[in-house]
Amino acid sequence: MTTTAEHEIGKARLRKEDARLITGRTRWTDNLTVPGMLHMAILRSPVAHATITRVDTSAARTSPGVLAVYAGADLADEQGSLPCAWPITPDMKAPPAPSLAVDRVNFAGEAVAVVIARTAYEAADAVNAIDVDYEDLPVVLDMRAALADGADLVHPDLGTNKSATWVFDSAAAGTGGDVEQAIADSEIVVRRTFRQQRLVPAFMEPRSILVDPTGPQLTMWSATQIPHILRLMLAMTLGVPEHKVRVIAPDVGGGFGGKLQVTPEEVITFLVARRLDRPVKYTESRSESVQAAHHGRDQIQELTLSARKDGTVTGLKVELLADMGAYLRLVTPGVPILGAFMFNAIYKFPAYHFACTNVFTNKTPTDAYRGAGRPEATFAIERMMDELAAELGVDPMEVRRRNWIRHEEFPFTTVCGLVYDSGNYEAATDKAMELFDYAGLRAEQARRREANDPVQLGLGISTFTEMCGLAPSRVLGSLSYGAGGWEHAAIRMLPTGKVEVVTGSSAHGQGHDTAWSQVVADQLGVPFEDIEIIHGDTMSSPKGMDTYGSRSLTVGAIAVVKAAGKVIDKAMPIAAHLLECSPDDLEFADGKFTVRGTESATSIQDIALAVFAAHDLPDGVEPSLDSEATYDPDNFSFPHGTHLCATEVDTETGAVRIRSYICVDDVGVVVNPLIVEGQVHGGLAQGIAQALFEEAIHDDAGTLTTATFADYLLPSAADLPSFTTDRTETPSTTNPLGVKGVGEAGTIASTPAVVNAVVDAIRHLGVNDVEMPCTPMRVWRAINGRSGDGTDNSTSAAGGGLGSISGGAQ
Amino acid sequence: MRITVTVDGTTYTDDVEPRLLLVHYLRERLGKVGTVVGCDTSNCGACTVHLNGHSVKSCSVLAVQADGGEITTIEGIGRDGTLHPVQQAFHDNHALQCGFCTPGMIMQSIDLLADHPDPDEQQIRHGLEGNLCRCTGYQNIVRAVRQAADTMRPGAGPEAERITAQHAVGGE
Repeated sequence: MTTTAEHEIGKARLRKEDARLITGRTRWTDNLTVPGMLHMAILRSPVAHATITRVDTSAARTSPGVLAVYAGADLADEQGSLPCAWPITPDMKAPPAPSLAVDRVNFAGEAVAVVIARTAYEAADAVNAIDVDYEDLPVVLDMRAALADGADLVHPDLGTNKSATWVFDSAAAGTGGDVEQAIADSEIVVRRTFRQQRLVPAFMEPRSILVDPTGPQLTMWSATQIPHILRLMLAMTLGVPEHKVRVIAPDVGGGFGGKLQVTPEEVITFLVARRLDRPVKYTESRSESVQAAHHGRDQIQELTLSARKDGTVTGLKVELLADMGAYLRLVTPGVPILGAFMFNAIYKFPAYHFACTNVFTNKTPTDAYRGAGRPEATFAIERMMDELAAELGVDPMEVRRRNWIRHEEFPFTTVCGLVYDSGNYEAATDKAMELFDYAGLRAEQARRREANDPVQLGLGISTFTEMCGLAPSRVLGSLSYGAGGWEHAAIRMLPTGKVEVVTGSSAHGQGHDTAWSQVVADQLGVPFEDIEIIHGDTMSSPKGMDTYGSRSLTVGAIAVVKAAGKVIDKAMPIAAHLLECSPDDLEFADGKFTVRGTESATSIQDIALAVFAAHDLPDGVEPSLDSEATYDPDNFSFPHGTHLCATEVDTETGAVRIRSYICVDDVGVVVNPLIVEGQVHGGLAQGIAQALFEEAIHDDAGTLTTATFADYLLPSAADLPSFTTDRTETPSTTNPLGVKGVGEAGTIASTPAVVNAVVDAIRHLGVNDVEMPCTPMRVWRAINGRSGDGTDNSTSAAGGGLGSISGGAQ
Repeated sequence: MRITVTVDGTTYTDDVEPRLLLVHYLRERLGKVGTVVGCDTSNCGACTVHLNGHSVKSCSVLAVQADGGEITTIEGIGRDGTLHPVQQAFHDNHALQCGFCTPGMIMQSIDLLADHPDPDEQQIRHGLEGNLCRCTGYQNIVRAVRQAADTMRPGAGPEAERITAQHAVGGE
């Protein structure tokens, strides 16, 4: 049998996943059919806040091909309330969250009634025949107005639009000083308000659900990131026995946090399939997806930073308003809390205060979107460091250097009490500055300013870190999160020496099949090709906490490593028995057990066959090498990096063009550089999209006016530049592979780099902020002195039915 | 209405509703689920197929409009178990992650290369403007299309397939 001679970890393996995906042999949920399957369509509220006074389904019921029509009242007794797993404070206010609205709608796009028909076309026809009367209620859209005395209420029963206020204070926690004192004592105070616009995750595969109640278990296929959590939540929400539910996430076309959810659509499909005793499929349209699937970001950030004249920051105070939308979904309230520990970023701030107030509005609920809390935090602090530098008149990189944690200071306990295990900000920055030609670009910027060039050059910096790899269960528990952060894996050694690896991670584009195969190939010394990765089905991979928060490699793959270690431990006495030696005399390397100092050896594959035969095993040894492990890390992982962006801003039109984008990321040991680079590229695109293009806009009535891809400006290939990506490698000391997460890093880092570059290009014209997205109109207005200070709440700047524009960054 | 279409080399005759979209005909009636639907405004391009040799967004074509036509989908571009050079290039360059946009992206890339056999980066980026990808940031897709252009250019095939003066019948 062959064994791997060279290490798989670090190799740019082409992906195993691709073979099916590039040939169309895919198993997206909407591709699946089962015998007797029916189709469901959903009628959604066109208004943002109203009482439902009448639902007339009679015409729909007699529409051709229709088997059933249900309104909220029909499911009210069994639908329960959609789960929120993160009650951030004991007194958090959480309204009931019906899957199908019963007597009131609270956001435009909320499900009101459903039709189940023979075909999807017939279901869609009949949905249009449902007649609903709405009595309008006052619409709550603005967070500040929502908190004012006497404000209209989203949920009158709660008596307030405030869900909760969560506070961290370093003085109270004993992890740092008192911010108010620091501000009082400071030589310089910088105050800014930033707006994190509302974004749409916009995974390419619309959500789809198929429920088959005809088997021994109710089986749900869903385009979800979280099959395991979904199964548990269905059981807990609907009172259905957990062992009677099976959830399968087949091929899933992207998620970005947008499929980290227990959705109304999943619950409704489940209930109607069970009631009709027939398989039912529901696939959303894109406009349904944009309206009803949860949104991301949407914060107002007020920041106060105190410093000495030498640039040393002495304190940071963060006051947030976070828009929950109309309901608290799975982790909605916790998203801003994930950012709470990251405002201090890579810096040694001695005093820190964070307070976040979560606010209800009549908008689509928000929840996790790539980065979830950390992009918001990183944006705020990296913008503030630039503002401090401008205030002091020193180079923005110099201000960062004066404040960041030096390499020799790791492990470092931050003002939030987190322990950063490793990092080398100097190395990443030095490499990035060189690749970027920072000095050369600064000289060109000076020349253009001198010449009053209509196209000005701006340089933007983002020296970011983030906490990911969720995570130590105890820490999640201390934050009142409803579950742990462990991950599970199992390894099955087949008689022919092939290997099945079961993982609780649930990939939806990340390439786990390839990366996990590389990890296992190294651990067991079996060929990459001989390994099959099994995931995404609660029957075949029964335990897991799924994929989000850049946790799969740092938690899920480490569970795989631990399981592999147990396989070897089990094989050792058998190998010793077969080689007629003591286990102490054996060494294991590259798939072979060798008697030290001899040629006498046997392979793990040979042992797998011997175990299968079980003819000659040592006394008392069970005939199996199969092993499983559940891993709970001691700490988060803290990837970091330095991102540099050069933008050209046309001062006459406001158009922004990204001229170059350089990033040097440190994600620890890299399993597959190809996959890592791909994650960085995609992350950058999404972060840049927030800076320049995307915004979910509601009109005064609460209607989402950017509910299609014609209006919500997802960047195309023509809108984005080519990136230069590089790495430094400072291994994490928290896990045995030395790996850190990479899935969210690019998104977290890039947004402030771009906006800093835009502001830097026009700062000499009196501009100190441009609200995101930095559209030509907003940039032009900023240059021309109209609402350039970040208070522009104009709703006309993004979208507008133009679809993708090619006049932006190229 | 009755239509007859050839899809990936097989001819089908079916009665269809006039309103049936080509993409739904392909997916629901023919089981050609390799072609997918990503939006409802013809912006995303995930449903791109070739109709009579040119790329179309099959969500924006009625099945009846394809009557008498020849359609090629992602499932019909490989030959004898060999990937099309564009498929191969997408694999080689890690030009896909979740893979949902990939069928449309590949079909559009083939069309792009027919128009521009030797495209520069901007031609590739503009040629793919109607196909959205949320995972890759497009950089590796651009790289893949460029590689495919190289492998598809005349004379770039394997030695065995090269027509030299000796082998050519009729000659110049």
